[in-house]
Amino acid sequence: MSTNNAYYIPHRATWPILATLGLTITLAGFANYLNGVAIGPVMMVIGFAAFIVMLAGWFTLQATESESGMYNTQVGISYRMGMMWFIFSEIMFFAVFFGTLWYTRNLSVQWLGGEGVGAATKELLWPSFEANWPTNGPGNVGGEFEPMGAWGLPFINTLILLSSGVTCTWAHHGLLAKKRDQLIKGLIATVVLGFLFVLFQAFEYHEAYTEMGLTLGSGIYGSTFFMLTGFHGLHVCIGAIFLSVVLFRSVKGHFKPENHFAFEAAAWYWHFVDVVWLGLFIFVYLM
Amino acid sequence: MSAVVAEHDDHEHHDHGPEKGLLRWFVTTNHKDIGTLYLVFALAMFFVGGAMAMVIRAELFEPGMQFVQPQFFNSMTTMHALVMVFGAVMPAFVGLANWMIPMMIGAPDMALPRMNNMSFWVLVAGVLLLASTLFMEGGAPAGGWTLYPPLVLQTGDALPFAIFSVHLLGISSIMGAINIIATIFNMRAPGMTLMKMPLFVWTWLITAFLLIAVMPVFAGAVTMLLTDKFFGTTFFDAAGGGDPVLYQHIFWFFGHPEVYIMILPTFGVASTIIPVFARKPLFGYNSMVYATASIAFLSFIVWAHHMFTVGMPMAGELYFMYATMLIAIPTGVKVFNWTATMWKGAMTFETPMLFSISFVILFTIGGFTGLMMAIAPSDFQYHDTYFIVAHFHYTLVPASIFILMAAGYYWLPKWTGNMYNEKIGQLHFWLSVVSVNILFFPQHFLGLAGMPRRIPDYAVQFADWNMISSIGGFIFGVSQLLFLYIVVDTIRGGTGEKVTDEVWEDAHKHGLEWTLPSPPPYHTFTTPPTVIPTEHL
Repeated sequence: MSTNNAYYIPHRATWPILATLGLTITLAGFANYLNGVAIGPVMMVIGFAAFIVMLAGWFTLQATESESGMYNTQVGISYRMGMMWFIFSEIMFFAVFFGTLWYTRNLSVQWLGGEGVGAATKELLWPSFEANWPTNGPGNVGGEFEPMGAWGLPFINTLILLSSGVTCTWAHHGLLAKKRDQLIKGLIATVVLGFLFVLFQAFEYHEAYTEMGLTLGSGIYGSTFFMLTGFHGLHVCIGAIFLSVVLFRSVKGHFKPENHFAFEAAAWYWHFVDVVWLGLFIFVYLM
Repeated sequence: MSAVVAEHDDHEHHDHGPEKGLLRWFVTTNHKDIGTLYLVFALAMFFVGGAMAMVIRAELFEPGMQFVQPQFFNSMTTMHALVMVFGAVMPAFVGLANWMIPMMIGAPDMALPRMNNMSFWVLVAGVLLLASTLFMEGGAPAGGWTLYPPLVLQTGDALPFAIFSVHLLGISSIMGAINIIATIFNMRAPGMTLMKMPLFVWTWLITAFLLIAVMPVFAGAVTMLLTDKFFGTTFFDAAGGGDPVLYQHIFWFFGHPEVYIMILPTFGVASTIIPVFARKPLFGYNSMVYATASIAFLSFIVWAHHMFTVGMPMAGELYFMYATMLIAIPTGVKVFNWTATMWKGAMTFETPMLFSISFVILFTIGGFTGLMMAIAPSDFQYHDTYFIVAHFHYTLVPASIFILMAAGYYWLPKWTGNMYNEKIGQLHFWLSVVSVNILFFPQHFLGLAGMPRRIPDYAVQFADWNMISSIGGFIFGVSQLLFLYIVVDTIRGGTGEKVTDEVWEDAHKHGLEWTLPSPPPYHTFTTPPTVIPTEHL
């Protein structure tokens, strides 16, 4: 890396303010939209556009600085620690929804069916409810539905995501071995597989809504199913866009075997998204 | 931006001063500037939240409805809590962390300076979004700061704004915590080993881990509130197979570590101040570190002691009761160590020390009432009464707030280069310590007698203690204006006496910050220090 010994400390930062504004206007717009206020969607568009501009600007700035050798090894460690603990916070976010799935499936639905301390609940409130999974609860919320099987699109998506983890690592090996061609091909494959996953998930959702009667409102099964797979899909999108930026930079000739934090961060993030999917495939689809 | 980058692409950039004018505060990446922003914002929010408390105590001054509508009263209790927790106490400690951690470990700045700027401004955005709900149709959230469903789902237009404000506050806290972790792990001066760090740095390191572990959990919980309200999910609705109690579990899985997020840095500051004024090393440095880590670990496995009356299975009641009582052990270690530090010390009683000593005593009272409530069968009696209000206010006001005051008096001379007025400082202390007990001690009696919390009216037998409590509250509230006066006065020159680098006798043996000039230059430790003070060990 750079021979510059000093830890690089920027003097002024203009992007964080724009990031804050973009984020806040987007969320305030979303809140207004939920309250049925007409200005809401307009605010969301403006705020999100500002956020995108910020991302592009901030990333460009970081890439320029990195390529000009302003970051020494110690700066690189800070960035890696930052990414690592950011991913940890993401894991905790997903843990909430996995925990919710576990709790509702093994505890609250069972109590509603009369197990343990729930005998009186069942007798007095919903005597005819039988605890099964999947369920939309004693109120049959959202009407009849068909649960999502594991061996169709979800299984293909599992293979896609696992392969994309392999191509991502292959690209990394290419970067380390200074094989630019392998790096770019590996990244292209990863990004294509990533977006293919999202496309297949869109097909899956479409089928659920139009043919299976399975919606976000299908009781606790629909709630947990769409919340978990939806947030995961969102993270796949973010990861794929992140990898696309890395691909773009690779084509421009960025990254060296000893200095490629952005690639590493994107790869870590991608593997994290991969592992979450395995959890989803087992606990949401298979079991 | 690239022009700016090129301009600064040299080795001399550390000698830069601040930007000129107001813009400085929006674009700054300097840990001292950002620390100041956090502290000023926290102080402002302390008075906003305090004003809400005044409304509450005015309404409760006498039985019957006097000043406000019940709905607004409940908004006040809810917003008072949210503003104080997320707007005052947490940002104040992040401000201290920003100012002090780089100076204490000999680092040139925080590890991720741009993100540091963003975490502050996202905090401001979050609090503004929250504050805006006061003016919305249906009023601000009024279901309590815990935002329990189904009650909170009855909130009017404010609900999505409150939820998104929680998201923003969470983003801010996580970014701040990541920055602190990276700074402490990666930016220490050579020779500053982990077990030589001042306790304040240690407690913040552990707090930062609590933050990144639980803020996403809270974000997930409120996201489910949002989808239950607007998108037809049934996470917290039994008709769809969900469970409102699930929310309580998730909330308190966040909530219990959250209260330690407010108290662990408090412990750290106390452990930093007491040795200086006792002129002795901290007693049991290692045990302080281990106790802090133990408390942090235990905070993850005791959450349902907030839910003893919710209808848990007996095994749950027993487990959470005993696990909670375990916390008394590391906490006891800490109180013992503070006391032992002062034992046979050559103590002097400047304002920071007065606040710290009263913290040790009054926090212990708060701890003991905590033990009382950890006993599940007893908690059935106290639950949701003024007893719990008295308990957690003892652990937050004469503990966290007092220590924040102590930190202000302790470090203001370092930050500004000016000495505060000791006479007014002591007056502030004595008024605060007396009035805080008039304010909160009677609430124990009210709670034991059965007065419920979060209700604007009460039965006449509670009248006397409520009036006394309110009088204490008004005195406490007004006394804090003295602190505001002192802060402003000290910044503007204070007593006119120029302070030395170490400010307090022999303080330079306790911490690196006292080896720097007062006030420290804009950039400090651009070359790492060579001598590591170890008097605190």
